[in-house]
Formats: sequence, structure tokens, C-alpha cells
Amino acid sequence: MRRAREWAPALVVFVFVIAVWEGSISAFHIQQFLLPRPSEIVKTFWTARHTLWPAGWYTFKEALGGFFIGSALGMVTATVVGRFKNFGTAIMPIAIAANAVPIIAFAPIFGAWFGEVSPHSKIAVAAVLCFLPVMVNTLRGLSSANPRQIELMRSYAASELEIWRRVRVPTALPFVFTALKVASVLAMIGAIVGEYFGGAFNALGVLINSDAQIFDFVTAWAGILVASLLGLALYGAVAGTERLVVRWAPDTRGA
Amino acid sequence: MSVVEIKGVTKTFAQGNVTALENIDLELEPGEFVSLIGPSGCGKSTLLRIIGDLTPPTSGTVTVNGKPAKQARGDGDYGIVFQDAVLFDWRTVAKNIALPLEMLGWDRDKRKARVETMLDLVELRSFAEHHPWQLSGGMQQRVSIARALAFEPALLLMDEPFGALDEMTRERLNLELLSIWEKLGSTVVFVTHSISEAVFLSTRVVVMSPRPGRIAGHVAVDLPFPRTVETREEPRFFELVTQVRELLRKRGEHLLPEEAAELL
Repeated sequence: MRRAREWAPALVVFVFVIAVWEGSISAFHIQQFLLPRPSEIVKTFWTARHTLWPAGWYTFKEALGGFFIGSALGMVTATVVGRFKNFGTAIMPIAIAANAVPIIAFAPIFGAWFGEVSPHSKIAVAAVLCFLPVMVNTLRGLSSANPRQIELMRSYAASELEIWRRVRVPTALPFVFTALKVASVLAMIGAIVGEYFGGAFNALGVLINSDAQIFDFVTAWAGILVASLLGLALYGAVAGTERLVVRWAPDTRGA
Repeated sequence: MSVVEIKGVTKTFAQGNVTALENIDLELEPGEFVSLIGPSGCGKSTLLRIIGDLTPPTSGTVTVNGKPAKQARGDGDYGIVFQDAVLFDWRTVAKNIALPLEMLGWDRDKRKARVETMLDLVELRSFAEHHPWQLSGGMQQRVSIARALAFEPALLLMDEPFGALDEMTRERLNLELLSIWEKLGSTVVFVTHSISEAVFLSTRVVVMSPRPGRIAGHVAVDLPFPRTVETREEPRFFELVTQVRELLRKRGEHLLPEEAAELL
């Protein structure tokens, strides 16, 4: 019941925006190819399901691969960097500078490295996009343990490993999940944009790109809808996992 | 045998070349409740941390239960309570209290039984499955005390444990702490900068003076037990408070005005 009340305002806004969209197309005679009606998009989402949905699944798998590889590498790197302070001071400025690089610009180069049509180049783009936020946030999480808690553990003669397991990791988890949620969105972006520079004929990014080129904007929009739903699904899966793992955190409630 | 024996302990901090403690000698007998009192910068917290082997002394020796402090820490000979409760948000109240028991390798059933005893002791039984952030400051500090005492250490170190609490909660926890102490008979080292709290709780008050940190004197507190709310109204209580205050003032002529004000 409380849930319904929390979601209600967002739902109202959503319905309102769709209605305005639909209505203004009739009212201002907006051309179909400039902005299709939401009802047309949804219709195409269904009629073109035999091409769009498998394409979405294909691209989703790339995004998922990149998400897992990039996030795992990010966490492992942060753990190593957090353990060895000197290494950390050497690598952190580079990581922060690298974070400012528009990584998506590398997509054509990754195509050359890992094969333009091959899914590997898209996985690579998604992985690189996921890597940095996960690494930086994990590192921040691991190093934001309360010094008093560490001191308390030392009063129990705890080893460094024990302190890591019982203090540093639980402290870092909310930070890690914040980064994973960001990464889940980035992974989908990375896979689709990667496909704009070339990919398998049945990949979602390729379909959206070619539909737009032949002015079939309704199908392009329907493709974007597929991408959005899959992106939401991945985000939701991460957020759901967070609720299971970080059950204790006061700020995951209702947030 | 003394529970704590401090001999010639000096602590200098390299940063700023500060002498926090100079040539401290102190012995604690079993069952004593000793308060360390003094203005900020007198090294009382540093001394507590040296006893707990959380900071090494620059020179001098500390023995706890007849062992070097480092070994005593390894053997789990003391429990510690900080100014903040320092609870783990990801653990329930019961699990927080069980933490030292897990570290000592107690099995599940033994842990469970002890946690229940401790929950009763601090009267938090119905909050066992709550998380720390669902409790008030005073309740959190009671969990922290239960955790420190869960493995029945011979020595309890307390670093201004009630400093962050309001006056009423503080006085209530003072009473609770005393009743727990009388039940368990541990030796307590209690750092505070409240004169009345020190006198009310202790069997002995150790007055310290700053720059460098030294022991200015001892005041034996002969108020009878059990101490109650009325104890704070007895003439003897005021005499002892005055005695501690005089010691602080005599040694504190070179105090900064705000440090002096803090003690009055």
C-alpha cells in the first residue's frame, strides 16, 4: 500500500508526458518521421518483435558480458590498490584523469582491435566504461572504514585479513552497489553505441542505426524502447541484489 | 598482583615534537574503578590507548595481568568502550555483542547464551534484532558496554564513554555501569573530563595535568556502595569533588582559559 503511494506520483507524471506527446502530435501535425506517436512505437515494438527482441537479447548479452568483466576488474583492481598504498597513490591520479576521457570515442578503435562485427569489441567498450566508476568507488568504500572500528578489531588482536573481511568490505558494499548501478546503465550504452560503428546484422544498435538511415524512425524508436527496457531490467537486477546484500543500510530503505 | 602496572611511560609525538605523557607510574589493583581526569591535552586518552596496546609508548613498560600489554591484547584481556558506540551498522544488536566472541572462536551455542545474558544485563533484550541506527545514543552505548564485557575481560577500558550523551542519560548510565561493575567485579579504567562523574563512579580518581601529561595526584573515593542518586547530594561527595577540583586547579595554573573553564 505504501509502495503504491510512493510510485503513484511518478506514474501520474509518466502517463501525463505520454498523453501530451500523443496529443501534441495530432494537435501540431508533427510528421511521423520526426517524432512518432507513442502508440505507434508500442505497436511496432510488438509487430517487429521477431527482429527487435532477439536483437535486444543479443546486445543485452554483450552489455552483460562487459558489465561483469569491467566491474570484476574494477573491484579486483581496487582491492589490490587499497592493499598497497604506494601503488594506490601512483594509480589514483591516472584513474581519475582516465575517468574524464570520453571512452565511447574509442569504440571505432576497439572495433579495429577486437573485430568490427564481433561482439568482443562491444563487450570491450562496455567493460572499459564499467571499469572506472566501479574501481574508484570500491576504492573509496574500502578506504572509508571507520578508524575506531579498525581500532576495536585490533583490540581483539584481529589480523589484517579479518579487519578487511569484517570491517572494510561491509563498509565498502554500499559504495560498490552505487557504482554497479551506474555501471549497469553504462554497459548498455557501451554495447549499443559500440554497435553504431558496426556489428552483427541482428544487433540492436545496428538495427536502430540502419532503420534511422532509411527513415524508418518508428522502428528505430521501438528499438530504443527495447534498449530502455533491457537497461531498466539490468539496473533493477543490480538494485534488487543490493537490497538482498545490503539489507542493513539505513539509506537503502525507500531510496 | 596488579591488573595494570605502568612504569616510567613517556609518549612523545614526532609531529610537532609534543610530549603527551612524561614518566607516568600507575598501578591498578583488581576490582578498582579508576578514573583518569584532566583537561584536554593531558594525555589521559593516550594513556588508556597505551594500556590497550593501541598506541606504543615511546619509553617505559606496561603490563596487564602480569603480561606485556601486547600479549594481553592478543589474549583478549581487556574490553574497550569509546566515546562513540562504534557499532557495526551491518550487524544486529545481538551480532554486535557477539563480535568479540566470534573473534575468540566461541561456538554458536555458547555465543548465543552469552549474548542473551549480556542483553539482560544492559536491559536491551527486546532490541536484539534491531540494527544500531534504530537505537538512541544511550542505547547504542549500552550495546557497546555489553560488547566490551561479553567475554568477561579482567579489565575494562573506557574512553569518555558518556561524553556525547545528554546529562540525564549520562547519569542513568552511570548508575547502570556501577551495578554492572559490582556484579562482574572487573577492573575499570575510565577516562572523563567530568569531575562529578569521576567522583561518583570511582574508587580512585587520578588527576592529570597537561603539557607534558603528568599525574598531579590521586584522590581515594571512600563513598560507600551501592551508590545511588542520593550519593550525589551527600556532603562527602562535595568534599571529594572539591578535592579533585583543587588538584586540577593547583596543577592547572598554566592552563588556557577555556581548558580551565571546561573543568569548573
